[in-house]
Formats: sequence, structure tokens, C-alpha cells
Amino acid sequence: MTNDKLSLLSGEILEEEMELTLVELCHACQVPAERVIEIVEEGVVEPLGEDPAYWRFHGVNLQRIRFTLRMQHDLGVNIAGAALALNLLEEIEDLRARLRRYKDES
Amino acid sequence: MKFKDYYELMDVKRDATQDEIKRAYRKLARKYHPDVSKETDAEERFKEVGEAYEVLKDPEKRAAYDQLGENWKNGQDFNPPPDWDQGFEFHGGGFTGADAEQFSDFFESLYGRGAYSQGYGGHSNRAFHARGEDAHAKIIIDLEDAYQGATRALSLKHTEMGSDGRPQLKERTLNVRIPKGIRQGQHIRLTKQGSPGVGQGEPGDLYLEVEFNSHALYHVEGSDVYLDLPVTPWEAALGATVKVPTPTGSVDLKIPENSLSGRKLRLKGRGIPAKQAGDFYVVLKIDLPPADSEEAKEAYRNFEKAFPYNPRKHLGV
Repeated sequence: MTNDKLSLLSGEILEEEMELTLVELCHACQVPAERVIEIVEEGVVEPLGEDPAYWRFHGVNLQRIRFTLRMQHDLGVNIAGAALALNLLEEIEDLRARLRRYKDES
Repeated sequence: MKFKDYYELMDVKRDATQDEIKRAYRKLARKYHPDVSKETDAEERFKEVGEAYEVLKDPEKRAAYDQLGENWKNGQDFNPPPDWDQGFEFHGGGFTGADAEQFSDFFESLYGRGAYSQGYGGHSNRAFHARGEDAHAKIIIDLEDAYQGATRALSLKHTEMGSDGRPQLKERTLNVRIPKGIRQGQHIRLTKQGSPGVGQGEPGDLYLEVEFNSHALYHVEGSDVYLDLPVTPWEAALGATVKVPTPTGSVDLKIPENSLSGRKLRLKGRGIPAKQAGDFYVVLKIDLPPADSEEAKEAYRNFEKAFPYNPRKHLGV
């Protein structure tokens, strides 16, 4: 890692074209597959494909899963509660964005 | 080093029961959790409260802390007295799921850094994990960078096991290309730039969350970009062509006649050039010139004569 300064790193945009496998998702979230499967069973994220071995996850799901894990770990919320919080937060974020627009206008 | 009053940080009395401490922690954790809180210092407070709880929830650590006495004030200069923890044994087995790496020097001087820490919210450190862990970090860019693409130097701190078996804080710098068209909240995945692997294992990946600096002129929603454009009443009423800034340079914009305040004019495809390019919206704001001279007042009086207009008609009074 000594030449990090010299080389220019290019990455992919997770949310644009990328899909993650269950294994990649587990690596990215640092949890065993069972934890991700529990979250799928609650409907927090929806994989493409039937069999877990062939599941593909759209990139945006990584954040949803990481959020759910943080809620469980930090606040003792269960998966259903975290899913509810996630939906409400998305709604709040949407409302805040609109509010910002109205505030700027006045 | 500053003394930390863990009781004050958690807003509990010194004689609070373990149950009260737990309840106080749950409440504060919900209030300051960086995922849900909009308080500006949420992350800082969340860490402080986590550290305080790490001590107060553990009867042994708490008893040892209480030994220091009640007279210390939060923020006071502090050095632990020698042998302060004599007679105490901290069995807790390190830190139960807390992020000890983030704790203060004050904590470290009392309790040590403990178990090799876990990532934020993660459950890591499974044995024989040959592949390195994936890492997550944030990168803050300007809106213009999303339009044009850019390169950013990024310093990342991480802990590595030193040869003496103790974790050490290391810093490294990465040069990262910001792809054109990236949006707020999206992530750039850099393969094999995460934590180094164990043995022959490959390094993990690094995920960078993109955040935009707030912009003086524009605000961004998804891939659409908005600009508030002040116009005069006559420009709005009669129509005009005015110069308008956009992140890619100024353009001439035609304001249609009889435009009302708040009218949105769309410049298609001039938002963030994502895969599906966003649009650029100009929102008209009618700006009334002040009546600060006799001439200006006269103009407003003429206005009044020209318009038999009552904007309050619908109020019914």
C-alpha cells in the first residue's frame, strides 16, 4: 500500500449498475449469511432470484441492511422495528427536502 | 486529559440503579443515534453516551470509577491516581459490542483499550477469516464534482495489529476518482482497498459514501438541481431573457410573460449527469424593488392607478 499516493483509484457506483451476491453483502456488512436472511424474511430488502445461493441484491440494499444491523446493535430494536424506522426516516427525509424548498422561497 | 463525568453525561444521579442507567442509556441512544438524529453533534454525543454506559453498566467498572470521588467536574484536567484500580478486576471480557476504538483518552487511561475493537455497528472478528474486512467511509464533494468528475485525496485512519500484538492507529492516503454523475448518498466501491487479508487472503473492499457540500446557489434533490431566481415584477409580467448560472456555465433563459412567483422552469437534462440525467429547475421569485425615492414612490402610485386589483378578494372581507 506504499504507492497509494501515486495511483488513482477508480471505483464503481454501487447504486447504479451494481448487484451484490449474498456473499458480497455479508462481507460488506460483516455478518454471517443467517443475519442477512433474517432481514430478507422480514421484507426489509428484496433479492432477485429464488435460491439464496443465487440471490442478487441491488446496490441500494446494502445501506438498508447496514442500517437495520446498526438499529439492532445500537438500540436493541428488532428487525420489524428497524424496518418501520427505515420507512419513516425515508418519509421524513422526503418531507425535509420539500420543506427546504419552501423555506428558501420565503 | 479531561475528566469525564459519566453520570452527568448520562443525566443520572450517582446513586442510580443499574435499571435506571439502562433506561437512561436507551433513551439517549435513541435521541443521539447518528442514523436517526438531526442534532448537529449527534455522533459526538452518541459516542460519549456509549462510553459512559460502557462504564456505568458494569458494576465493577462503575465501582472503580466511583472510587475517584465525587468532586471531579466534567472537563477538569485529570490524571488517574496511581493504583486507582487496585483491588478491582475487570472481567467484563473487554467491551460488549461497544466501539472501544472511539472511546476517549480518559476512558483508555482508566480501563485500557481492551479487546481489539469492532467496527461501527459491526460484528466482526470471526476467527480464520482469511479475506480482509470491507471498510466504509464518507467522502464529501462539491456539486460541481458530480457534474465534471474529479479526483480527491482521502485520508483514512484504521487500526492494524502491530508486531507487538497491540492495535495501532495507521493513516493512509488514497487518491480517488469521483465518477461524473454521482449523486448524494450513493456509494463508490473500491475493490481490495478495505482491510488487509489474513495470510494469503485478499483485502476487503472499501465503500465510500458520497455527500455533497451544501451549495450557496443550488440545492439538489436526487439528480435534479434547483436554483431560485429573483426576477423583477416587470420581467415576470412582460417576459424577458435573463442570464442564469448553472453548474456548467451560464445560460440565457427565456421567462415567459405572465409568470407567477414560484413558477418552475425546467432545463431538461441539465441536472446531475447521472445514467439517467437529472433536470435543472429555475424557480422564479418575484423581487419587489423598494420604494426608497420620490420617483419610485411615484411609479408605485401609477401602478396602483393602473390596477384595480384586490389580492384579498377571496378572504371575504
